[in-house]
Amino acid sequence: MWPFSKKRQQEFPDFWWSYEAHFKEKLSDDIHKSTFVVLDTETTGFSLIKDRMLCIGALKLLDNIIVVKDSFEVYITQEHYNSESTEIHGILRKSKRARVSELEALKAFLKYAKNHVLVGHHVMFDINMINAALKRNGLPKLKNQTLDTERLYSKTLLKSTVVQRKERYTLDDLAKKFSISRKDRHTALGDAFITAIAFLRIVEKLKSKKLKDLFR
Amino acid sequence: MKNTISERIADFLKNYPPFNAMDSKQLEKLSLEVVIIHKESNTIVFGENEKPHEQFYVVNKGAIALSKEGSSQILDICDEGDVFGLRPLLAHENYKLEAKAYEETILYAIPIKDFKPLALENKRIGNFLIESFASNTGNPYSIKHRGKLYGTNNEEDQFSTNKILDLQPIKYSTDLISCNEGTKIKTIANKMTKHNVSSILVEKNNLPVGIITDKDLRKKIATGLFPITASAKTTMSTPIITYPKDLTLAQSQMAMMKSNISHLVLTEDGTTDSPAVGILSKHDIMVAVGNNPAVLLRAIKRATDFKRLRNIRHGIMNLLRGYLDQNIPLGLVSKIISELNDASSKQVIEIALSKMDEDLPVKFTWLSMGSQGRGEQLLNTDQDNAIIFEDVPEEELEKTRNHFLKLGESITKGLNIIGFDYCPADMMASNRSWCRSLKEWKEITAHWIHNPGSEEILLSSIFFDYNVTFGEKALADELSHSIFDHANHYPQFFVHLASGALKNPSPSGFFRDFLVEQDGEHKDFFDLKLRALMPIIDAARVLILSHSIKSINNTAERYEKLAELEPNNKELYLACSYASKALLKFRTRQGLLHNDSGRYIALDKLNKEEKIKLKRTFKTVKEIQSLIEIRFQVKNLIR
Repeated sequence: MWPFSKKRQQEFPDFWWSYEAHFKEKLSDDIHKSTFVVLDTETTGFSLIKDRMLCIGALKLLDNIIVVKDSFEVYITQEHYNSESTEIHGILRKSKRARVSELEALKAFLKYAKNHVLVGHHVMFDINMINAALKRNGLPKLKNQTLDTERLYSKTLLKSTVVQRKERYTLDDLAKKFSISRKDRHTALGDAFITAIAFLRIVEKLKSKKLKDLFR
Repeated sequence: MKNTISERIADFLKNYPPFNAMDSKQLEKLSLEVVIIHKESNTIVFGENEKPHEQFYVVNKGAIALSKEGSSQILDICDEGDVFGLRPLLAHENYKLEAKAYEETILYAIPIKDFKPLALENKRIGNFLIESFASNTGNPYSIKHRGKLYGTNNEEDQFSTNKILDLQPIKYSTDLISCNEGTKIKTIANKMTKHNVSSILVEKNNLPVGIITDKDLRKKIATGLFPITASAKTTMSTPIITYPKDLTLAQSQMAMMKSNISHLVLTEDGTTDSPAVGILSKHDIMVAVGNNPAVLLRAIKRATDFKRLRNIRHGIMNLLRGYLDQNIPLGLVSKIISELNDASSKQVIEIALSKMDEDLPVKFTWLSMGSQGRGEQLLNTDQDNAIIFEDVPEEELEKTRNHFLKLGESITKGLNIIGFDYCPADMMASNRSWCRSLKEWKEITAHWIHNPGSEEILLSSIFFDYNVTFGEKALADELSHSIFDHANHYPQFFVHLASGALKNPSPSGFFRDFLVEQDGEHKDFFDLKLRALMPIIDAARVLILSHSIKSINNTAERYEKLAELEPNNKELYLACSYASKALLKFRTRQGLLHNDSGRYIALDKLNKEEKIKLKRTFKTVKEIQSLIEIRFQVKNLIR
């Protein structure tokens, strides 16, 4: 059957439709009235095809407030396994954390993310990882708008041709600049938290009031 | 149910009372209920008389200022780990104070409904609460709150005794020890020893005529200048400097610093024609411990970590506010505050050095640039700094640089902690372009001078105000020599520097109206720094450098020196000196009022008098700009 036909689309599960339904609502343009979902994923590697997500961590940011209870953290059961990256994340395949299947994780994430703007450090990597997982499970791509904290951070710096500036800023650089404790580096939710604090401070520095200013 | 963030919160809370009394299970549960709140600086957490929130707060990062609404007087500053806003919740009353973010702050809000049961069942928590409410401090267990120094004062103290100590009449010793002009030195010395005083007043017909201090005895008698049998008249310091008895602490310090004396004689009406009522010594001032420069300076030198320094800097801001309220001449104020800022930076460097694991391979100099270099940094503005290190063989260069970069990073971080923001253009010693060997610096400044494009001029104008904060002064001197050498061989540089000084937009428009920013985040605000301060600072720099004088960095002092060097332009230069002080004061006031850098001013918030004052300085700005334009023949330059 032709893959783009309407019929095929209707075979998506209910949770996808309820996710998609959220996008009919219009987002507020006031930063203080917008909810941001700050996310980070831990993966077995950098390949979109070979590697898999180990964990998704996310939290919600509304009007400068993070509600701890309302954060999101799922660990995913692994088929594919890459022993090199476990050293970074410390997530062993059979650790004690309760884990769910990839589909369950995606389902929970879509329910959590709704139509909110997704914020992350090098966010496109996380988005692409999630999209790859969605595709494996026969689902379309994420529909959310995204913001990258690296790009936003460079906007806070002055442009000068003589003084050399770094081209790339890692999450560690940001944590250092904003003196955020790097205690939970390389756990998904811990990184998401660092990203969230950095994001808050960048937004204050930029003094933007409107959402559209951030996307510029 | 715990997650990574709640673990992180628990990990933070467990270090601070009352949470350190909880067992980890309880704390884990409580942490899960926490809400993290980010407060932009100057935003209000709760107002005075506001109904209590459902939660109380713990400061995770930053600082919260507690104050009475409408008064600028800060009663308490809550720092990392301090709890606030709890009592009203337990007592079911409205908030007594206003809580406002003193700087960008992250708070943990803890719901009272989850906390209260724990407090009731855990005796140690209960005790903490009782004690903290009784003493009214954020954290009664910590010793640093015990003293009444540096803005961590508790409420009671602030109200009664040292509500800005400076403004209070000073206590002086009233039982005067005196003698007359004919008294022999030996008698005097015996008398002073007997009464254990460091000075004695010499009177004639009940009026004070002179004073003899320990120092006089040391310098004039012990050296053999006068015999021990000499009379008071030969030895005393005269005429004496007298002040009225209702002197405030700040005034008396100023008086001592101004005349470089350690004792003040207080008389009935402040002149030598009325009887003396008391003597005030430096020691008296020290005893009246509070936020005063000498004590702050000592505290700075004793600080062993960045956080402590940060608290002291709150005290410096309080001091500054008090000085401005009292209308103490800005020249004096900026000297004192710069001195304190400088001392803080030095201490930061000392601390950073002590934390380095390895010894530094060669000597170095830490330069402060920009406003700190000029001694005009009253508020917490951005840090601009650089490192010069001694020349090393080529193959050692990068290795050496890495050493100093590490040091630079640690120092800039320390400066950031104590309140100096990172430079947004990254002009800091942690950047490799600003951490160079002497030879490299010579080359690069020569390059700026020979190729004065707009970027190079901008960099020169920031860099050439450098001042040695720490380390080998000789390195900086050698660099200065090299700079003047090049500049003198290439006078065209001054023309470019002058044209750079004229680039700033003019402050007022055709109808003598203020020109405000047209767009951007500061739309409709007046940019005091760019439009008024910078032109006058830049003009001073090019003029003084063209006279080959490097030792003076302060703008007002530069103009005073210029007035001396060019008597025919004396009037204009003195007007500039005045204007630069007036503008700086203006900026500082605005900055203190809004707790920011004071750069942007909302014109509709100014009163008529302030506007007129501001406009008067613009005239001077225009005059100095036209002087520069003519002198350096900037017009000839293709712009």
